[in-house]
Amino acid sequence: MTLLTAAFLTALLAGAITAGIPLLLAGLGEQLSEKTGVLNIGIEGMMLAGAYMGFLVAWKTDSVFLGFVGGAGGGMLVAAIMALLCVRFGLNQIVIGIALTLGAEGATAMLHYFQFAQTYPRLGAIASLPIPPLANIPVLGPALFNRPPIVYIALLLVAVFAYVYRKTYWGIALQAAGDKPAALDSSGVSVLGIRSVAVLLTGALVGLGGAFMAIVGAGIFVPFMTNGNGFIGIVLAMLARGRPLWVLGGAAMFGACLSLTTALQVAGVDIPTDVIQMLPFAAVMGVLVMLGRKANLPSALGAAYVRGAR
Amino acid sequence: MSVEVQDPSANSQAAAKSDIIVRRRLLSDRLQLIALSLGPLVAAILVASLILIAMGVDPVAYYTYIVNRGLLSPSGIEATLTRMGPLLLIAAGLIVAFRAGIWNLGGDAQFLLGAVVVAALAPVLTAYMPVWLVLIVTLIVGAIIGALWSLVPALLRARQGVNEIITTMMMSFLGISLSNVLVKIFFLDPATNVPQTRTLPVEDRLPRLFDTTISSGVLIGLVAILVVHYVMAKTAFGLKLRIVGANAKAAVHAGLSVSALTIGVFAISAGFSGLSGAIAVLGQYGNVRADWNPAYTLTIVPLVFLARFNGFATIAYVFLFSVLSIGSESAARRLGVPNYFTLVTMAILLILLGITEMLDQKRRESRRT
Repeated sequence: MTLLTAAFLTALLAGAITAGIPLLLAGLGEQLSEKTGVLNIGIEGMMLAGAYMGFLVAWKTDSVFLGFVGGAGGGMLVAAIMALLCVRFGLNQIVIGIALTLGAEGATAMLHYFQFAQTYPRLGAIASLPIPPLANIPVLGPALFNRPPIVYIALLLVAVFAYVYRKTYWGIALQAAGDKPAALDSSGVSVLGIRSVAVLLTGALVGLGGAFMAIVGAGIFVPFMTNGNGFIGIVLAMLARGRPLWVLGGAAMFGACLSLTTALQVAGVDIPTDVIQMLPFAAVMGVLVMLGRKANLPSALGAAYVRGAR
Repeated sequence: MSVEVQDPSANSQAAAKSDIIVRRRLLSDRLQLIALSLGPLVAAILVASLILIAMGVDPVAYYTYIVNRGLLSPSGIEATLTRMGPLLLIAAGLIVAFRAGIWNLGGDAQFLLGAVVVAALAPVLTAYMPVWLVLIVTLIVGAIIGALWSLVPALLRARQGVNEIITTMMMSFLGISLSNVLVKIFFLDPATNVPQTRTLPVEDRLPRLFDTTISSGVLIGLVAILVVHYVMAKTAFGLKLRIVGANAKAAVHAGLSVSALTIGVFAISAGFSGLSGAIAVLGQYGNVRADWNPAYTLTIVPLVFLARFNGFATIAYVFLFSVLSIGSESAARRLGVPNYFTLVTMAILLILLGITEMLDQKRRESRRT
């Protein structure tokens, strides 16, 4: 098998990480929202806003760091609307989520059109930060340990979230906001406050994921470029049932499938990309059909919290 | 023994009086409903106008242009009515699903797969049967394909309680890719360089209405939505679905077979989406190109909510949306306002709709106390 050369494997693995990091960030973000009882269908829009803002800031300032800050800010901007309408005012989370996705799609595409017309300026290559001993391992080294710092940060966030959810006061408060909001409220913690913060943080994480797609992944912004990645993030969060490590596993699987497409094309194997793009979805549906698990989601998911209401 | 004798004329007067009160209340309820529906629409146009002004476009000129192109010009109104056909069918499917409390968000794949299979089948069948039979057969096939694509989410929801938002979206991504695979590999028209299915000749398509280019698909759409409206409002089946949607646990206690109804709702809803795809091909496009996906579903969701699942209001909103989308496609070319602006308008509409709903609920609660 001539396919299994070191170069091919490196490209495959590196591609899987590049495709998987946005999914990871989207999944972690959605998980955070869902834990507190907010079903956040709007993350596709937050991601797109993050991609656009991230690209724009990075392009204007020539700073990758500021680009990521801008991306997180863009995501938070959309998330703030969600927090206001769905958490504060208790509007239907699914309807507003769809609205935010449609709105962000239209708004970013329009802004891009007015700023750049039909041109797609490209950002410079992003500097990577090799981790000295590990970066020299063949295949794994260049793919995993010689990457831009944002990759390490995203992977580190998995551990941070796992720790916060399991070991800290905040983790328990988050969980309670989604499972028994009334109990949390009566113990003197603001349910709406916790949920608002969670939604805003979701926006930041997902926006960062979008910015990663634009700055690291593509190097350009194209309208509608998130192309369903936010929705895949929702799927990952639901499958992971509150465990950050499972989000990582899922993101790796989806990322590998997406990367296999390009890797095979580079290797000269002529398979339409659509065939391989079906793989991760087919796999997840297969798992659902075989395991047929009961959806294990926070019991107050999707319901607005109104004090005193039953 | 004395019986209180009532003056019959007083009795009928009272009856007439209460009748007037009831009628007045009905009227004011209707007016309120219309206000609740039209309010967000007017507000959305106002907000959208502000955005247009910020972009340096005169909103009056923009909307005048849209109405002229989408409604008043002969070719515009023909395109608008033709576009309504598939949209009405998707709306009909969404009404059934939402009324029953089921979030079938996988309409795009159900639409596309219906379209692709019909596009592949129809040119082959025309060799063996008369055109009218081909049309009937392919319409049915389109609906069945759409329904089949919802089978797995339906079973998972009915048997295991797996959230259908997730499963229908997964099946949607899967189905969009699958329909591309079908077009690019299996149903490719060898006669062209563009990856697309064979094109159905115009004379083999759905008949056009009178001497226009309006496809009769719009009639199928209208019939579908009126049937759905009648069934949901007036029949026992519709009542059952509404009970399941309002409170699934209560429905179980009422002796309804919730899982069978759930599967039925999925099949009907997805069947309409598949039929919609069939009509788009048979009435309008004649073929399916690779990577074609109009992604109608998410834009129809707000319209159906705006209409409060009422069939007649849905027809009105789908008509308005068709005018807007046909007009704005033309405006994109002529006025330099990109087509994406329609998406922004829809988002604003959806948000204002939610806010109106909330205000209305608060008002009702304060009136009750």
